[in-house]
Amino acid sequence: MKRLCIAACLAAASFAVAAAPAAAWQPSKPIEFVVTSGAGGGTDNFARVIQSIITKHKLIEQPIVVLNKGGGSGAEGYVYGKGGKGEPHRVVFGTNNAYLLPYVAKLGYKFSDLTPVAALALDEFLIWVNGSAPYEDAQSYIEAVKAKPGSFKMAGSQSKDTDQTLTAMIQDATGARWIYVPFQGGGAAATQLAGGHVDSNTNNPNENIGQWKAGQVKPLCVFSPVRLAKSEPVHGGKGWGDIPTCKEAGLPIESFQMPRTVWLPADVPADAVAFYADVLEKVSKTPEWAEFIARTAQTGRFMKGKEFADFVAKDEAANAKVFKNEGWVVN
Amino acid sequence: MENFASLLHGFEVALTAHHVALMMAGVLLGILVGVLPGLGAPNGVSLMLPLTFTMDPVSAIILLTSLYWGALFGGSTTSILFNIPGEPSSVATTFDGHPMAKQGRATEALSFAFLSAGFGAMAGVILITLLSGWVARFALKFSSPEYFAVYFMTFASFVGLGGASPLKTIVSMAMGFALASIGMDSVSGNVRLTYEFDVLLAGVSFLIAVIGLFGLGELLQTMEEGLRFDGVKARVSPRDVLATALKLPRYWLALLRSSIIGIWMGITPGGPTAASFMSYAMAKRSSRRPEAFGKGEPEGVISPETADHAAGSSAMLPMLALGIPGSATAAVMMGGLMIWGLNPGPMLFVERPDFVWGLIASMYLGNVVAVVVVLATVPLFASILRIPFSIIGPAIVVVCFIGAYTVASKEFDIWLALAFGIVGYLFKKLDYPIAPLVLAMVIGDKAEDAFRQSMIFSQGSLSIFWSNPLVASLMAIGLALLLFPLIGSTRRGIRKLVTARAAKA
Repeated sequence: MKRLCIAACLAAASFAVAAAPAAAWQPSKPIEFVVTSGAGGGTDNFARVIQSIITKHKLIEQPIVVLNKGGGSGAEGYVYGKGGKGEPHRVVFGTNNAYLLPYVAKLGYKFSDLTPVAALALDEFLIWVNGSAPYEDAQSYIEAVKAKPGSFKMAGSQSKDTDQTLTAMIQDATGARWIYVPFQGGGAAATQLAGGHVDSNTNNPNENIGQWKAGQVKPLCVFSPVRLAKSEPVHGGKGWGDIPTCKEAGLPIESFQMPRTVWLPADVPADAVAFYADVLEKVSKTPEWAEFIARTAQTGRFMKGKEFADFVAKDEAANAKVFKNEGWVVN
Repeated sequence: MENFASLLHGFEVALTAHHVALMMAGVLLGILVGVLPGLGAPNGVSLMLPLTFTMDPVSAIILLTSLYWGALFGGSTTSILFNIPGEPSSVATTFDGHPMAKQGRATEALSFAFLSAGFGAMAGVILITLLSGWVARFALKFSSPEYFAVYFMTFASFVGLGGASPLKTIVSMAMGFALASIGMDSVSGNVRLTYEFDVLLAGVSFLIAVIGLFGLGELLQTMEEGLRFDGVKARVSPRDVLATALKLPRYWLALLRSSIIGIWMGITPGGPTAASFMSYAMAKRSSRRPEAFGKGEPEGVISPETADHAAGSSAMLPMLALGIPGSATAAVMMGGLMIWGLNPGPMLFVERPDFVWGLIASMYLGNVVAVVVVLATVPLFASILRIPFSIIGPAIVVVCFIGAYTVASKEFDIWLALAFGIVGYLFKKLDYPIAPLVLAMVIGDKAEDAFRQSMIFSQGSLSIFWSNPLVASLMAIGLALLLFPLIGSTRRGIRKLVTARAAKA
């Protein structure tokens, strides 16, 4: 408890210092946080947690309004962002869908209509099977799928999105074949697996934690370069840190992670980008953010400027390769 | 009995002055939100969400759920008074509620609506209290084929309902399906029917359709008929409210049947809108005087209201225990749960009993508070009808357009609402029913997704709808609901033909 206070106090003190040399640009009217998912979705939580931290620590003086524009798998929000060309009071929250959506669907925006600001975290993907399934590790499950091609079912959220991309990657890398069933979201994919209607899913930790706690589902491996951060035991004495990486488990996939990203419209002043990047960096150092990251078992990683741009370029290339293989590219 | 002890503990949590005050505030805000078309419960709850960040989770969920109950009640008020449903789930209440108001029985209609809604909500909460564990296990048995069967039952009960000609019902329903398919299709990942208009990416919201078809359509018609609302001379007194309350037990069968339908639709995520439609259809079918429905039959108000609220409250259970939101509002609340640091799922009941049982206890208290508060407002709302149409009419137009804008903060939606208003007017002139269109818009895309997921599951074989006893019996009930009226009417037709021939001969 004491240590927590010290951390919190240090963090608070560092704000006081950092806040003094204010950036050249300051918001002059209420700010819109545009969320590219429906209420209750992963991106929605991401934006609202940031909103609550900014409000609590008074990092921005102006009020913040959250707008959910999740239509068209999030395209609605990005199109709305494009409409605010040159408007620095419109901040768009999303994932890697910002630069991947235009590949797979004809939409009213291009990636160049957005200005990158920062990424705050990487959400992880795991292979999950039903709690009573006979598989204890990824290898034995993959072998079982290979033995009966086209009879195992993989649940995911939507089509041509992260879950199906990852499924395609695993299929390419291992030669296993699933029937991919798209549901409306990770929550539905989780309950379908818990109810035994499908054989596996590739949900993010936060989407399956409720079912794992109850032992209805179990994780086999995580698509992360290193193991997840140690945590309290979740079920049967195992916590997030005890799950092997898929590489360890013998799957030839280095990593598959989804960045939680923040964007501005095109043609905004560079000062404004710096202002938001600065605020978000402060957010990423608060104890509340650390707590959110730990609770949702994401990997906290703040990226801005060149680091962020490099990440985007690499991620875009890796995904685009899968899209081309699968024949999803429309443009 | 273990649940009972937990519930008592829950009451300890919920029955503090602070929490009761939050309930009152939530209900009042909810009524306001529900009365304004467009600004429905999901919007209201997401607007309030930031305020709850600094509260403890129990207080926060009490505030949000009370707002939800208030909105459900408020939605019925405008259905009855102006034929404008404040919420999609109160569309079915307009069928008989508005005719009652036109006959000068607004107080009676409102009182019936609120009291039966309170009854339905109680039935739902009692079920959660007694059977939470069993229901949570049962709901896990549901996969796409079962979902489709539930939606199919709802549609089937409505097609066979009669009233308008079945063909017109099907035309209206087909238009609803077409509108529901606009936008991103999650099964194929493709964009459909947008013709590269960005505004159509998110699809057409059924809230806009409800505002236009009912609200603006109704006003256009009223203007044509002479610029006044009927029932202006309605006398309003608190005594009428009491008199109606005494009449309620007479409808015990409707209350019971509608509660069961509502609870069923709440836990198998059919949702409150489907529940209210289905309950209305079943009430009309099983009534001894089906011809009285649509003309101001109290049972036509009681049935959808009871089912609506029973579904609304029992939908909280799948949300808490499985993490499946049973309604749009529940989806927003689930987002809240995660921000407050709670993980919805089977273990929530074990890990945070204070939260879960505090919430359940607050559902009992919140609904009692809501019924008392709305009943107190009945005379107030009913007296709105005394205001001359020339004043209230333009006010409603403004409220409708503001509501349309609020749904998604899009200017385009205002024009869309206007277009729906004209369509609504034409529908009424040509005697096409509006309700099937709304029903198809609300659950049409879910039904489609469930059907196509089932087809992926079975690799294209329809036999999946008979593959286990659960889905088979659901489909059988659906088919029976669809075919019985057809068989009945064919038989009558043949008999008529035979007698006509006999008369000729």
